[in-house]
Amino acid sequence: MRIPVSALIGLFFTGLFFLTAILAPWIAPYGMAEVVGNVWEPPSDRFWLGTDNIGRDLLTRMIWGGRTTIFIATLATVLSFALGAFLGFMAAVIGGWVDQALSRFVDLVMSIPPLIFALVVLSVMEVTTPVLILVMGLLDSTRVYRLSRAVAADINVMDFVEAARLRGEGRGWIIFHEILPNALSPLVAELGLRFIFAVLFLSTLSFLGLGVQPPASDWGGMVKENKEGIVFGIWAALVPAGAIAALAISVNLVADWVLNRTSDLKGGRGG
Amino acid sequence: MSAIVKLVAQRLALGLLLLLAVSVLIFAGTQILPGDVAQSILGQSATPTALANLREELGLNDPAWLRYLRWLGGVLTGDLGTALSNGQDISEAIGRRLGNTLFLAFWAAAVAVPLAITLGLVAVRYRNRWPDRLISGLTLASISLPEFFIGYVLIFFFGVKLRWFPSVATVYDGMSLWEKLNAIALPVTVLTLVVLAHMMRMTRAAILNVMQSAYIETAELKGLGQFRVIFRHAFPNAIAPIVNVVMINLAYLVVGVVVVEVIFVYPGMGQYLVDHVAKRDVPVVQATGLIFAAVYIGLNLVADIVAIVSNPRLRHPK
Repeated sequence: MRIPVSALIGLFFTGLFFLTAILAPWIAPYGMAEVVGNVWEPPSDRFWLGTDNIGRDLLTRMIWGGRTTIFIATLATVLSFALGAFLGFMAAVIGGWVDQALSRFVDLVMSIPPLIFALVVLSVMEVTTPVLILVMGLLDSTRVYRLSRAVAADINVMDFVEAARLRGEGRGWIIFHEILPNALSPLVAELGLRFIFAVLFLSTLSFLGLGVQPPASDWGGMVKENKEGIVFGIWAALVPAGAIAALAISVNLVADWVLNRTSDLKGGRGG
Repeated sequence: MSAIVKLVAQRLALGLLLLLAVSVLIFAGTQILPGDVAQSILGQSATPTALANLREELGLNDPAWLRYLRWLGGVLTGDLGTALSNGQDISEAIGRRLGNTLFLAFWAAAVAVPLAITLGLVAVRYRNRWPDRLISGLTLASISLPEFFIGYVLIFFFGVKLRWFPSVATVYDGMSLWEKLNAIALPVTVLTLVVLAHMMRMTRAAILNVMQSAYIETAELKGLGQFRVIFRHAFPNAIAPIVNVVMINLAYLVVGVVVVEVIFVYPGMGQYLVDHVAKRDVPVVQATGLIFAAVYIGLNLVADIVAIVSNPRLRHPK
């Protein structure tokens, strides 16, 4: 198997970001909320990326911020997949009014822009990490639902599923033993795209001040903290903004490759 | 012809029904969730009496469906209620800001749409050669870039370092059109970049799809030039999907505007919404949320209708 260069680059940086996130407590040079210098110091030996709007080490904040961003985005993606795929498979296998009810509700939720919906909900709720994960996961599960339902509906009419049904297998067994293994590759390809969406969505919410709350901070929140510096020619806000872009592009490169590979496989099998 | 009218009427009715359902959802999102408007206005330290009084005043003791009907009745008659935070009339505040937002979105669309279609045509003409690859690469990059990254990079270089454009987009009534355009140059650029790539790629796909038809091959075999084949023969048949893509991207533009307005401190609807979410001003959030959703649904509906009118194949469902 030959992995294209672009995918290798993507894999390398995605791995690097995740590794940094996991190792944050051990590799961050200073404390996350520790004020160690003056406001917006330029990069130096002591502070490799300079300091932020209240004199905290920017590199330390970047490492911890990345951990927060990746942690919340990962959990939201997992939630959206678990829920979306489960309901999507159910709708396809059971059909009838269950399918109708779920699909029409998903249509309804998707007709409101996710950011607007999230803002409406967050206006009445205490913004905490679990709430953020829940809101992002639930909103994004609609997209996973549509994909899983379409994929499962295709598989559901195949002969081997029919055979299982005639054998007297229950719906649960069919979902887990017949549909899930065959639906896995298109779902995995989608996983990367949903993760990017979660990263960008969380960053946007935090940038608007409605995501991760201080003193904790994710990359989007760091852009907000440091944005006043921009007009003085201080680029501290561009560092976390660039990191979000770099993470999204890396994951995208990997997802693109997985997507091409799975569609190749399908073509090969189907002839 | 009557078949079209019937189909379009059906779509419009469906759209209205959807909008009604969305209003229920938006209302439910702010009312039924575990969070109390009175509590969030007064804060955790509020006395029970104060809470009870405020609940009474806001009508929170009525059942949810009654409050919903009252709200919907208000919306339909143009009365969006008053803001909790400053007692201002919401309809009045929104009126001015909606104009500003539409002004911004209009100019972004005016730049992005022709540019995207032209670049899409260029990509088709040079498909699989470097201009096409460059465009594909840019597409990948631009869907990964958050609006605020593009926004602050532009502010940093063109607003602060080069001083070509103001980094804060302030517009007010007394300004001339030229001054206003200068003020919104950077936000328009950000919005353009955000929607450009997707529109370009879909335009390319739509034309390539048509390019596979037999009549295009005939045109090519007649010895017509590449550009002539694309413009005169392929493009007219690709208009319907392109208009569809344009509408979907305009719908996205309306949402992208929220973030861009905050970046450039632009006095529009997005800024208004975000400010009042932070203040937990529920009536304002409901009203602005509903308007954003309505515009979004409306543009998607137009995309649908254009597709039906321009493509006879869609008029006869299987």
